[in-house]
Amino acid sequence: MDLDPEDVFKDEEDDPDNEFFQQSEGSKEYVVYLVDASPKMFNTTCPGMDQKDETHFHSTVSCIAESLKTQIISRTYDEVAICFFNTREKKNLQDLNGVFVFNVAEREQLDRPTARLIKEFDCIEESFMREIGSQYGIVPGSRENSIYNALWVAQALLRKGSIKTADKRILLFTNEDDPFGGLQDAAKKDMTRTTLQRAKDAQDLGISIELLPLSSPDSEFNVSVFYADLIGLDGQDLAQFTQSASQKLEDMKDQLRKRMFTKRVIRKIAFHIADGLSIELNTYALIRPTVPGAITWLDSVTNHPLKIERSLICEDTGALIQERPKLFQPYRNENVKFSPEEIADIKRISPGRLCLLGFKPLSCLKDYHNLRPSTFVYPSDQEVVGSTSVFIALHRSMLRLKRFAVAFYGAASHPQLVALVAQDEVTSAGAQMEPPGMHMIYLPYSDDIRDEEEIFPDTEDDAPRADEDQIQKAAALIKRIYVKDFSTLQFANPGLQRHYAVLQALALDEDDIPETIDETAPDEEGLARPAVVKAIEEFKLSVYGDNYNEESDNLGKEKAGEASRKRKAIAENAAKDFDWGVLAEKGQLNNLTVAALKNYLTAHNLPVSGKKEALISRILTHMGK
Amino acid sequence: MARNKEKLVLLLDVGPSMHGVLPEVEKLCSMLVEKKLIFSKYDEVGVVAFGTEETNNDLTTEVGGYENITVLQDIKVVDGDLIDTLQKLPRGTLDGDFLDAIVVGMDMLIKKYKDIFKGKKRLCLITNAIHPIKDSLEGSKEDQVTTIAEQMTAQGMKMESIVVRGRLSQDADKRIMDENDNLLGIFSKKTRTRTVYVDSPTSLLGALKTRRVTPVTIFRGLLELSPQMKIKVWVYKKTQEERFPTLKKYSEKAPATNKFATHQIKVDYEYKSVGESSTTVIPPDQRIKGYRYGPQVVPMSTAEWDAVKFKPEKGVKLLAFTDASKIKRHCFMKEVYLFIAEPGNTRASVAVSAIARAMKETNTVAILRCVWRQGQQNVVVGVLTPNISQNDKIPDSFYFNVLPFAEDLREYQFPSFNSFPASWQPNEQQQKAADELVQMLDLAPSGKEETLLPEFTPNPVLERFYCHLELKAKQPDAAVPPLDGALKKITGPDPELVSENKSVFDALHRHFELKPNPKLKKSSMQFYREKQFGSNAHESDGHAVKSIENQPSVKIEKIGDLTPVQDFEAMMSQRDNPEWVGKAIKEMREKILALLIHSHEGDNYHKVVECIVALRKGCIIEQEPGPYNDLMRQLRQYCQGKGIESLPQLLASRDLTLISKSEAEDSDVTDEEARSFLVKMEPNP
Repeated sequence: MDLDPEDVFKDEEDDPDNEFFQQSEGSKEYVVYLVDASPKMFNTTCPGMDQKDETHFHSTVSCIAESLKTQIISRTYDEVAICFFNTREKKNLQDLNGVFVFNVAEREQLDRPTARLIKEFDCIEESFMREIGSQYGIVPGSRENSIYNALWVAQALLRKGSIKTADKRILLFTNEDDPFGGLQDAAKKDMTRTTLQRAKDAQDLGISIELLPLSSPDSEFNVSVFYADLIGLDGQDLAQFTQSASQKLEDMKDQLRKRMFTKRVIRKIAFHIADGLSIELNTYALIRPTVPGAITWLDSVTNHPLKIERSLICEDTGALIQERPKLFQPYRNENVKFSPEEIADIKRISPGRLCLLGFKPLSCLKDYHNLRPSTFVYPSDQEVVGSTSVFIALHRSMLRLKRFAVAFYGAASHPQLVALVAQDEVTSAGAQMEPPGMHMIYLPYSDDIRDEEEIFPDTEDDAPRADEDQIQKAAALIKRIYVKDFSTLQFANPGLQRHYAVLQALALDEDDIPETIDETAPDEEGLARPAVVKAIEEFKLSVYGDNYNEESDNLGKEKAGEASRKRKAIAENAAKDFDWGVLAEKGQLNNLTVAALKNYLTAHNLPVSGKKEALISRILTHMGK
Repeated sequence: MARNKEKLVLLLDVGPSMHGVLPEVEKLCSMLVEKKLIFSKYDEVGVVAFGTEETNNDLTTEVGGYENITVLQDIKVVDGDLIDTLQKLPRGTLDGDFLDAIVVGMDMLIKKYKDIFKGKKRLCLITNAIHPIKDSLEGSKEDQVTTIAEQMTAQGMKMESIVVRGRLSQDADKRIMDENDNLLGIFSKKTRTRTVYVDSPTSLLGALKTRRVTPVTIFRGLLELSPQMKIKVWVYKKTQEERFPTLKKYSEKAPATNKFATHQIKVDYEYKSVGESSTTVIPPDQRIKGYRYGPQVVPMSTAEWDAVKFKPEKGVKLLAFTDASKIKRHCFMKEVYLFIAEPGNTRASVAVSAIARAMKETNTVAILRCVWRQGQQNVVVGVLTPNISQNDKIPDSFYFNVLPFAEDLREYQFPSFNSFPASWQPNEQQQKAADELVQMLDLAPSGKEETLLPEFTPNPVLERFYCHLELKAKQPDAAVPPLDGALKKITGPDPELVSENKSVFDALHRHFELKPNPKLKKSSMQFYREKQFGSNAHESDGHAVKSIENQPSVKIEKIGDLTPVQDFEAMMSQRDNPEWVGKAIKEMREKILALLIHSHEGDNYHKVVECIVALRKGCIIEQEPGPYNDLMRQLRQYCQGKGIESLPQLLASRDLTLISKSEAEDSDVTDEEARSFLVKMEPNP
């Protein structure tokens, strides 16, 4: 069931739906893909993914298509428009020549991507020449300027929404580094000037223009000819530009399909350090399991969404209950009733407050002191001036002294003991890998910790321990299967990626589901390397001796089989009580009890499931009748 | 389920030295029985008290001896009376002999169940073990204990001993304590006994697992190091949150006369089409799940999904070993699992032990990929860490923690602490004060028991719930009880520890100063006031000056630029010295004039007006109209001289005239004069 019937106990902190809707506003992105469709884009080729040459136009279109497919999952509220320039046909609001805005039905020109857009865009290459056509927009003797027109159209598309709530971008794909190269000097100067002015106007409106140049092996795209001025590059940026741009193109293609969440404060809490000294903290969810997304129930006939109505029905009278019912617990032969308020009262312990209890060395935080994903806390001076300063001081002390804080967190649904572990900022190549702050780790209570390791020592003997040689062999093995740079980031969730792939195939009516790679599969090749195999064999020999294979085959079965063998022996004895042949002959099996029938089946290693008729027929089949 | 029934005998030391902790013992034991009443109604429990004045047990009557041991309750199925017995434990008068009590308890279990019952038989001893046990007639005490321990193992009994020590036991004879510890140690070695030492009432409440959960493996099979080498392991949950009990919904519809009414409520879900006014309910087989894809919803039937979904093979496979420091502690996602070698399989145990110890030595951890069941929809990637056993009886094992996938990490950026302005950076003294706090507010001092160890910390919410449940059973309208004293140490700082470190806290207060942010609107200020002052919060009317009953936490000695109004209010309310009022008024006056003079095209006027409002209110409360009226007259001159129009208009709109005689006795201004003041103030055209 996808509804939580016990909404009283719902953990409001991690409500996924809540986050889902939160996403709709805030930092949206409006992107216009501006694609050069001049004949040069079709004529020039470069080596593609599978070593075959593909046209620049093709690689641009497939890159945008991939990017859209990712975006529809990861940032579904972002809006896009696709616009070609240097086209034969024209389609745009301003009715400018050489610019074609690609769109599908039921969608505005700048809108959220839809399945239909992606699908039709996927096969645009087939119909492109027929319906849109390619043609140089800038030719000597004409006053047309297709780049100017394209920028104007893009800017008009991006007029929607305020730059405060949205990030507006134009992504320009082209392989022509000198668009006005073929013109006379005066015309060239003029056109360059107006185009640059157009771009500057757009940038002044808060629109950023990014250039994704396509180079071919024989002619490198030279940014400094024209585009450096257009996108405002100079000096060092210019030198690094080509490389970072091609990287950007790659990144657009293989992004992980991952739902993005905008950074948001889950809760503001007061961290009580001493009487009269409470600082203000914000909590964030940095790590939460991602789920495939909310399920909407549909009517399978009409495909219309369904609404779910919950009703409470009295089991005794069948009456519908409107008010919020009381709750009860059967106890001492009666029903002890609680009102929802009382339950809330029981759970209310220092609400919304994080209360410092003391500090412990980090070694006291054991690996098994964990229940749920941690929450990140970061100070805020928004309401209490001075919070950050106190926090930084504590943070530094805790890092230096290698201690963590124990505190009690009075969350409404789950008041809990927590460990606050200071996290120093980690940056690598200018990017923040770990933010500075503290991680709040939820600690278990005594009743939450189990001690199964202690239940088995049945025997007088001590538990088996490895000797020094065996430990050395194991250490050698570890050394062989050791990876130096493991990162928790390296695995994508194969189940989730599969879900997204299936969803995409269904939505776009694709025939085959795109392959997803299970990155979590063990590296079998690596494990088969002779050195690794040797280390494993040596360890195996030192622990198991020569008889590893026998051991793994027999021991378990023997152990588990003991009880069942006994049961079988009993059944065999019991089964002897009847003369089965005669009973079957006379059709009197029906008179026996199910238990008696099962004895026969157990004795003959037959399945004992099913109704009585099934048992009888199974016995008869076994006897060959 | 008969075979899961537990037979338990509680052996409780009620001697004089235990009286201090008996209230906690009573709570702990009744909690145990309360949970049994709900979760395992057929368990049987007996209660033996030792150290009592009276003697009442079978062994005394049969063989003599065993004095001062009273069987408070023979073994029987748990019921409410048992709780009543446990909540009123007798206060004994003599120092009890725990070994005798163990024998009596064993005798009760043996007599009652003989060989018939092979289920769980358990003894639970709560004592401080600071008094010597009687010398035995034959052999040493050690021999005697060994004999009893062997008998215990032969009978298949388990024991749990909780030894209350530390601050809770008075100065006891060290020699006797050591002897007793040694004797109890024999039980731990020879039998399946768990001995725990607790030193505070809080950890006593958490020392006993009040609810037994039969452990269930979530995986039995092979831990695959490589295709050639596999180890047989069983996997359990190591931690599992004990949830708040799921209560049923109560219906009051059934007539009171109906004795057989269940009062239960059925929760019914109906799926209906959106938009249509029809109330047709869509049957389950006509429903189909849909997932969002952009603005659309894509239907995906279960059958379709089953055909194409990700279907990993069951199994636990090693991916690699890596350095322990590569795995961040905060990445642990879920409850923790425990990997142990298949019980009884010596070779597997040795293999696990070898790898665990080698991992410990080399400070490495293993990354595993786990699919616990066939048909599981997804894989789990996690980290295996060694758990080296300190007890010879207990095999080495591993802990396993689930790690996040790339999709689960949200890469939010936070400003670096170094990027903050210097005023936010702690100075040397502040850093020292924080260091002191982190160092001194120590919960794990060397040489003493670690306090608030999760293993011994009870869940205050559940404690309170069961306590309330028991109260309600007796009196249906009982109010929610306050938190028990021993539990308060979990939810708030230990007053003892705080008073021990008073100087540390004083330094902290001296060096750090917290203030509410003045730029916020009233509504959001609530947060600060609520949290900061708790119930003492003063009225949050931002304009009014009210005397605060309590001293504000931070002493204000000067009116600052940022929050003049708040500073003024705080200064006015500092009652320790009458000079504060005069100083505050004087400073405020100067501040107002300074603001006015430095104002550029009236940008400060609103601030000026707020300050004047506060000053006026303050002067009326303190009955000091003079300074205010002087200031206002000065203002009038200033405005007229400079031809400022907007300020007088603002003042008029807030009705900020002179303080008249009716408002403050000392004023020399009549009501009439006050009224006309603002009119005159308008600059002459």
